[in-house]
Amino acid sequence: MADIAIAPRRAKTEIREASAWDQLKHNRNWLGFWFMVPALAFLIFFLAYPLGLGIWLSFTDTRIGRVGHYIGTENYEWLWDDAIFWLSVFNTLLYTFVASAIKFGIGLYLALLLNENMPFKAMLRALVLIPFIVPTVLSALAFWWIFDSQFSIISWSLKHLGIISQNINFLGDTTWARICVIFANIWRGVPFVAITLLAGLQTVSPSLYEAATLDGATRWQVFRHITYPLLTPIIAVVMTFSVLFTFTDFQLIWAMTRGGPVNATHLMATLSYQRAIIAGQLGEGAAISSAMIPFLLAAIMISWFGLQRRKWQQGENND
Amino acid sequence: MSSVQIRDVRKSFGNFEVLHGVSIPIEDGEFVVLVGPSGCGKSTLLRMLAGLENITSGTISIGDRVVNNVQPKERDIAMVFQNYALYPHMTVADNMGFSLKLRGAKPEEISTGVKRAAEILALTPLLDRYPRQLSGGQRQRVAMGRAIVRDPQVFLFDEPLSNLDAKLRVAMRTEIKELHQRLKTTTVYVTHDQIEAMTMADKIVVMHDGIVEQMGTPLELYDSPANQFVAGFIGSPAMNFLKGKVKSNGSAGFEGPNGVKLPLATAPANSDGQPAVYGVRPEHFTIADDGAEAEIVVVEPTGSETQVFAKLGGEQVVAVFRERHQFSPGDKVRLKPDPSLVHLFDETTGKRLNG
Repeated sequence: MADIAIAPRRAKTEIREASAWDQLKHNRNWLGFWFMVPALAFLIFFLAYPLGLGIWLSFTDTRIGRVGHYIGTENYEWLWDDAIFWLSVFNTLLYTFVASAIKFGIGLYLALLLNENMPFKAMLRALVLIPFIVPTVLSALAFWWIFDSQFSIISWSLKHLGIISQNINFLGDTTWARICVIFANIWRGVPFVAITLLAGLQTVSPSLYEAATLDGATRWQVFRHITYPLLTPIIAVVMTFSVLFTFTDFQLIWAMTRGGPVNATHLMATLSYQRAIIAGQLGEGAAISSAMIPFLLAAIMISWFGLQRRKWQQGENND
Repeated sequence: MSSVQIRDVRKSFGNFEVLHGVSIPIEDGEFVVLVGPSGCGKSTLLRMLAGLENITSGTISIGDRVVNNVQPKERDIAMVFQNYALYPHMTVADNMGFSLKLRGAKPEEISTGVKRAAEILALTPLLDRYPRQLSGGQRQRVAMGRAIVRDPQVFLFDEPLSNLDAKLRVAMRTEIKELHQRLKTTTVYVTHDQIEAMTMADKIVVMHDGIVEQMGTPLELYDSPANQFVAGFIGSPAMNFLKGKVKSNGSAGFEGPNGVKLPLATAPANSDGQPAVYGVRPEHFTIADDGAEAEIVVVEPTGSETQVFAKLGGEQVVAVFRERHQFSPGDKVRLKPDPSLVHLFDETTGKRLNG
């Protein structure tokens, strides 16, 4: 304290009235707005604008090279009577539900496995990520070869083992083609689910497991009563994303089957692309894309309710 | 309730041995505190008792049963963890009733058990809350409630109070002790805080570097520590140690640092000139004309007593007085240790030399 009193007084700067500009410079809301602008610009130009344009296009008869006119819901009425469109809706739902369910099962299993103490744990965790790292088109091409009607390694192996006598027409048969694309999607999607759930598992304090063990829980009971309930929030997040990615999948299908055979693997995204870009009917393609919105909104609503903070997560934290 | 026998227990993690043959007998209904600095192996020993760690060699028995290869849930013990380990997604009632539920008890049975424990711990109004909605002390009580509900043979506490603030810690200390007096369940309590050990224990086990340094009642450990480590660990402020030589020619005495003369009631036989460590507790100093001269460095009054840090023969010592002396830094005082309460330790082994 003493040295402050001893220090020589500095000449005071003259106090002037704060101008409106000065006040604005110190206004936190004004400053905050400018920090928000870049993110807002991104969202508007890259998300809101394309989405709005897509929806607008779906109400026009735009073709490539020709400005369209507003035609009301004609595109949708047309789609309503289009069997191929409904087949693609069915395919998309089948693809999404089957692939997501299996991805969840395998992902959870892998996450639990990788959470155990075992040799080469770090390396195994890295290995699990490989399908996720490989570019989708590249892995799709690999699968294309694996499932090729003539050169398929699976057919070749099975033939040499004497199990089958003829090549399996993996991508030429409607059922096989569906199984193959779902398989490829699972292969590609499992790492995301597994690694995210693993991260969730690692936030569970080991002492909870120990306490449950002392309370007399078997391994299954520990999973059922401790691990699974504590993991539900992260499961809701990861499965929402997984469902959204699967529902809107395009690359894998396009690279492997282009929607064939006989539209058996056409998803809404691939059909939309085919109609809009390949066939040039931008309006109709946009209508197919826009038809995905209700499904996606439904998925988001489900996750919204799933993600609501559970009662046990509420209340202040006294840690 | 059961007795517990720990016999020559060793524990190694890989090639690294952390417990070097520990034997502790625990009687039925006894409150035993394992105390020691961090890394002494006390928590590991407790976890071995709970069955959360394997026993490398030696035996642990609960009652008449050797439990080395018995699953944790079959050992009939309950543990209170340092972070409480409450299940965050369960209400207080569900947390407390979880073990009964797993045992397949009927819902009425569970709610009776939970209510009984909740009454003992005054948790009844909180039964529907979630752990996040509780304060630290309340969580601590829920963790104890979860242990009580099970009515186990042995309670294990792993540093249960170290996450609480100082005031609450003192209150919970009393509560745990009272609980033990009421339930009379054999208890093993691990802490690094010697005050907790002194205030709660029937028997204190002082551990250090994987061995038991001394076992005994709190006052035994305080009055006659077996070695310099125990002497320095038990008691607050810690015992003062002064290096020097024993004098037993003529009357017994001790020559401290820089030739300071210190009193000694009796010298060990044949010990004239033997280098030793002279230990005196801060509360055993008095101001006397025949004391050794010391210069006061810092005076810390706490109200009930005053701690005085002083230089005695160039070494800093601390003395505690209940009387209110008017000291200020720089004052010269004559400090005299009470010769009957002085401790003498071997300079190299640290073993106690006087009776």
